[in-house]
Amino acid sequence: MSVQEVLPLGGLATGQSGHFRADHLLVADMVKPGSKVLDVGCGEGDLLQLLETRGIDGRGIELSREGVNRCVAKGLAVVQGDADTDLVNYPDDAFDYVILSQTLQATRQPRVVLENLLRIGRRAIVSFPNFGFWKMRLQLLIGGHMPRTENLPATWYDTANIHFCTIKDFVQLCDAINVKMERSVALDLYGRPIPLNLPWWVWNMFGEQGVFLLSRGGGK
Amino acid sequence: MDGVKSIPSPAISADERSHEVDHPSSQVAHFGTEQPLRLDCGVDLTPFQIAYQTYGELNADRSNAVLICHALTGDQHVANVHPVTGKPGWWETLVGPGRPIDPKHYFIICSNVIGGCMGSTGPASINPATGKVWGLDFPVITIPDMVRAQAMLIDRLGIDTLFAVVGGSMGGMQVLQWTAAYPGRVFSALAIACATRHSAQNIAFHELGRQAVMADPDWHGGGYADQGIHPHRGLAVARMAAHITYLSDAALHRKFGRRMQDRDLPTFSFDADFQVESYLRYQGSSFVERFDANSYLYLTRAMDYFDIAADHGGVLAKAFADIKTRFCVVSFTSDWLFPTSESRALVHALNASSARVSFAEIETDRGHDAFLLDVPEFFDISRAFLQSAGKARGLTSKND
Repeated sequence: MSVQEVLPLGGLATGQSGHFRADHLLVADMVKPGSKVLDVGCGEGDLLQLLETRGIDGRGIELSREGVNRCVAKGLAVVQGDADTDLVNYPDDAFDYVILSQTLQATRQPRVVLENLLRIGRRAIVSFPNFGFWKMRLQLLIGGHMPRTENLPATWYDTANIHFCTIKDFVQLCDAINVKMERSVALDLYGRPIPLNLPWWVWNMFGEQGVFLLSRGGGK
Repeated sequence: MDGVKSIPSPAISADERSHEVDHPSSQVAHFGTEQPLRLDCGVDLTPFQIAYQTYGELNADRSNAVLICHALTGDQHVANVHPVTGKPGWWETLVGPGRPIDPKHYFIICSNVIGGCMGSTGPASINPATGKVWGLDFPVITIPDMVRAQAMLIDRLGIDTLFAVVGGSMGGMQVLQWTAAYPGRVFSALAIACATRHSAQNIAFHELGRQAVMADPDWHGGGYADQGIHPHRGLAVARMAAHITYLSDAALHRKFGRRMQDRDLPTFSFDADFQVESYLRYQGSSFVERFDANSYLYLTRAMDYFDIAADHGGVLAKAFADIKTRFCVVSFTSDWLFPTSESRALVHALNASSARVSFAEIETDRGHDAFLLDVPEFFDISRAFLQSAGKARGLTSKND
């Protein structure tokens, strides 16, 4: 799933540092140097290129043929594949981190995908648009229509995003499948992290997207 | 059979062809009885020789060697004028000055496979035990045998690790065999339009080709060389059938449609009324000028036997366990001989082995042959893959 198709992050594209997207920089900061990373839904390879500049061994899976070919033409190790069907081919513990950036909401089985991420990788980094964001809520409450934002411009009938969730929903899923949240960050509309000391409901209301560093919970 | 009769006779004599078999206009590595080639069939082939071409220069670290593996009917003349046909090298789109595999950066090696007929030992060579052409007495060879022989050549050239092994179709099979048999000696592998095993349909097409050769009375049970003749008609028919599998319905339609050849109306005969017929006959007749019929039997057989998983307990991923080689796998949408599904199975196995792999499927209507044609996206991908691997290999910056 191309990031561009799922979520053209217009507001974030001109993020804080250079030509890299703010959420990519945040994700990259969560990855320890020298580790091995799989980026699921790597689009045109922007995040993989960022990781490469930091000496990280990155691989990618991408659904669209055009995206894959552009990645490979940049010298990136990317294969054509589908998060829903192709993750099963990877062995346990194959990677230090598996990244799912702005793609979870476009998978058919988010729960199965999440479980696979944490089987293949010792850690997973998941980012997704927060459907609990106040602008979304307002559109449904006042406008009475399915929310559309500049970052999620597609109408309900042609969107690739079939499993929207809020930050709160995601936290509940992590609890249900015994996933440990090592780090949680909500980014506001401008890609800035929301201060940590604020309560969850603030994140869920004002976070435009959530970024989570996950690991396997104990006692499974 | 008017149709078959009208396949023109080859322009060159059998003598000229056999000259390239025994005394190729390439460099030749001779391996004496102290260095036999141990074949999968259990026979030690000795003595034997490998004919090869090189382009560019080996660097001081011996780290820039690229081995090109040729396809079924290819040979070592990858980027120079062919000594028999006078045509340009068969992969000059990919290999040569300014191309993705540029002799300015790499030491490029291409050898004729064992079993071939352009100077490496094969069924058209002289059997030293009898002084006569081997013919069907030549032992059956496999893709692993070809690669084993190449490895002996690479040893002879003083190269330990190849920077890249590159090939399409049967050449791609050799690339995969290299990585499975000598994982430590292949830094990067570019496997194009190929598979880890030959499918039932592909074996069926090969059998059709072999039967066409054998049905030609001039084949003489494989002993045609002793009679001073060559089963041109059978081999031409084999080539015609095979050539169809290298193309696609769309490509044939675009190129020829139902257009007539130098006429407006059908002749109500079995003459080549249609352009596509004339084209196929030309493909058949030009092929027999440069290829030995028995060699065609042996090389198609080698492809049929190829099945990497079978050699590793039926589990493909085991063939690539813990491999450090960087892979790039390329397939073409309209290739029905080695369809994308075959490449995908390979990629899944490589993923399961945690290998570093890139995989691109390129959209084209040109069928299996696309890998030999001018497909810019394919070149961009090949160039980027090799440059990225070159960076990792520490090849110097003249790489750009």
